[in-house]
Amino acid sequence: MTLPYPPEGHAVPETFRGRPVFDAEKCVGCGGCANNCSARCILVFDVCQELRILQYVGRRCTYCGRCAEVCPEKAITMSQEFETSTDNIGDAQQRLELFMTTCQRCGRCFKDETALEKLKMTGYRFDDLQNQRWIFGARAYQENEPAVKDIAIEMDW
Amino acid sequence: MLKNLCQKMFGRSLWVYHANSGGCNGCDIEVLNALTPYYDAERFGIKLVGSPRHADVMLCQGPATRATARALRAAYEAMPAPKLVFAIGSCACGGGMWFDSYSVLGPVEKVIPVNYYILGCPPRPEAIIYGVAVALGLLPKKAAPIEFKQAEFPIPRYHPEDLRGEGELVIYEKAEKV
Repeated sequence: MTLPYPPEGHAVPETFRGRPVFDAEKCVGCGGCANNCSARCILVFDVCQELRILQYVGRRCTYCGRCAEVCPEKAITMSQEFETSTDNIGDAQQRLELFMTTCQRCGRCFKDETALEKLKMTGYRFDDLQNQRWIFGARAYQENEPAVKDIAIEMDW
Repeated sequence: MLKNLCQKMFGRSLWVYHANSGGCNGCDIEVLNALTPYYDAERFGIKLVGSPRHADVMLCQGPATRATARALRAAYEAMPAPKLVFAIGSCACGGGMWFDSYSVLGPVEKVIPVNYYILGCPPRPEAIIYGVAVALGLLPKKAAPIEFKQAEFPIPRYHPEDLRGEGELVIYEKAEKV
């Protein structure tokens, strides 16, 4: 039986992802959605210290939902709108002007160190330059083949 | 104006030609799904033809790639004169996820002029029918650009040269704007 679509609306399944809708009240301007957008269609532009423009260029959005998934404030929801066809591609865009507050001490925005930066080893390190490999746990490495052969290393363990 | 032109020139039937210039076949399947008896696009007179010389409307899927841009342009120029181009899917509208790749030139509007954009990846068959219905003037357009502002900028400046009067009675003429 033919679906009488254009006069009547047609319900979409509950898990359908349509156009993402940005809530400017909840958004804190972290830019996580822009970092995770697979089509690079969320752009962040800092006009000045206090004003950040977050622009969603809808024209190449694939509605994957990663921005809504990664948003810490749940400011992005995937709506169920699919009737977005237009004759002007500028109709697809959304633009948020966000008011950013600054640090009271240094006067700048700051961010925490990432997980990768925390993993970096710090302090003095003694890698094996001749064999070109790292020394993580010195004990197991030196027992099998000493790194420096002509100096007798006193083992106190 | 385009709507009136559409109603005048394309009032009876639209014969569509279906051109894929390097997409992933997702939008092709949705377009062919829109032509099946369940959605039944032929009640609007929409019919799929195999040659661009028979067609009024070109349905473009996929981005304009380096290999297919010239063929896409040739197919567009082969269509007879009152012609419409629909870009279907986010690849045809904006270049898709690989818009900055070496082999992708970008959206199809870099090669041929596009009249209507149907967004989605892939768009639902209803969305394609809706786009054609908007082009024919059967349904109103729903999409509009959205703009939010958390604070109003720029803050109006204080101009001391607009102060009027002397002594205790000093009036700032632009006080309402500040």
